[in-house]
Amino acid sequence: MSSYKQDCFGAKKKIDFNRQEMIAKEMQEAGESILENTVCETEVRIKNADGLHMRPAMKFVDIANRFESEITVSNDKTSVSGKSIMQISMLAATCGTRLKVKAEGPDAPQALEALRELVEVKMFDEPAGDNEKS
Amino acid sequence: MNFGEFVCFKAIVGELQAGDRDGVIAELVTALKKAGELGGCNIKEIIRAVIKRENEASTGMGKGVAVPHIKHKAIKKVVAAVGQSSKGIDFNSLDKQPVYSVFLLISPVDDPDKHLEVMEKVFRHLQQEKFRKFLRQSHKAEQIIELLKEADEGSFL
Repeated sequence: MSSYKQDCFGAKKKIDFNRQEMIAKEMQEAGESILENTVCETEVRIKNADGLHMRPAMKFVDIANRFESEITVSNDKTSVSGKSIMQISMLAATCGTRLKVKAEGPDAPQALEALRELVEVKMFDEPAGDNEKS
Repeated sequence: MNFGEFVCFKAIVGELQAGDRDGVIAELVTALKKAGELGGCNIKEIIRAVIKRENEASTGMGKGVAVPHIKHKAIKKVVAAVGQSSKGIDFNSLDKQPVYSVFLLISPVDDPDKHLEVMEKVFRHLQQEKFRKFLRQSHKAEQIIELLKEADEGSFL
């Protein structure tokens, strides 16, 4: 939970997510949802040698589509939807590239955590690049 | 990276003869071979490799376009063939719709960054509705070459 907490901006960053979820649940029960517009942002680094080519891009889009939140991915030049395979492929992120991932919606923190894990921990189930081997 | 730098203009097929995915792949690989881009490669092996890759996950990403691609050790420089089909090909696309425009790419094994650069160029254009529309209206190699040259001049960005 703590890994992306500092990445989320605005007033919500100080709120513990467990607590946030709890509050949300209470609010939902009351017929409202405060999490509806949660916006989170994080930076991920591409670590697999071949970069964000089509197969990793498909995995990314696949995970992104499991969430309700809007997902936006950006490099220095372009911002694209994290749910479109064609747009994600367009980023052409090579090994070592940093990408900003933004999620907006009720499950934004969970979406970011799942995507970060895919990119940085699982590295799309591909071999690490030369600079990323430990 | 311009289309002119990696698309082999001699391997542009204005109207594909094949009516199915594997046939289209074979037709485009053969076009590259005839254009002298594959050197002494065994084209049957390359065709098999592209089909194998396509079976793992379709590169038909919707909106009538497909980008079958492989890396191959005998290739030193990324090369692409382009084919148009007015009848439409079943590529098992993500949106289940037929494919009308095919970019087939073969990249060297040891240059992943160049491969991504080429993909960026291709997808940036295929993403544009206007580009896809013009491509789909092209049924002659010359028209496609003209379109790619216009794209290189920045007409679609």
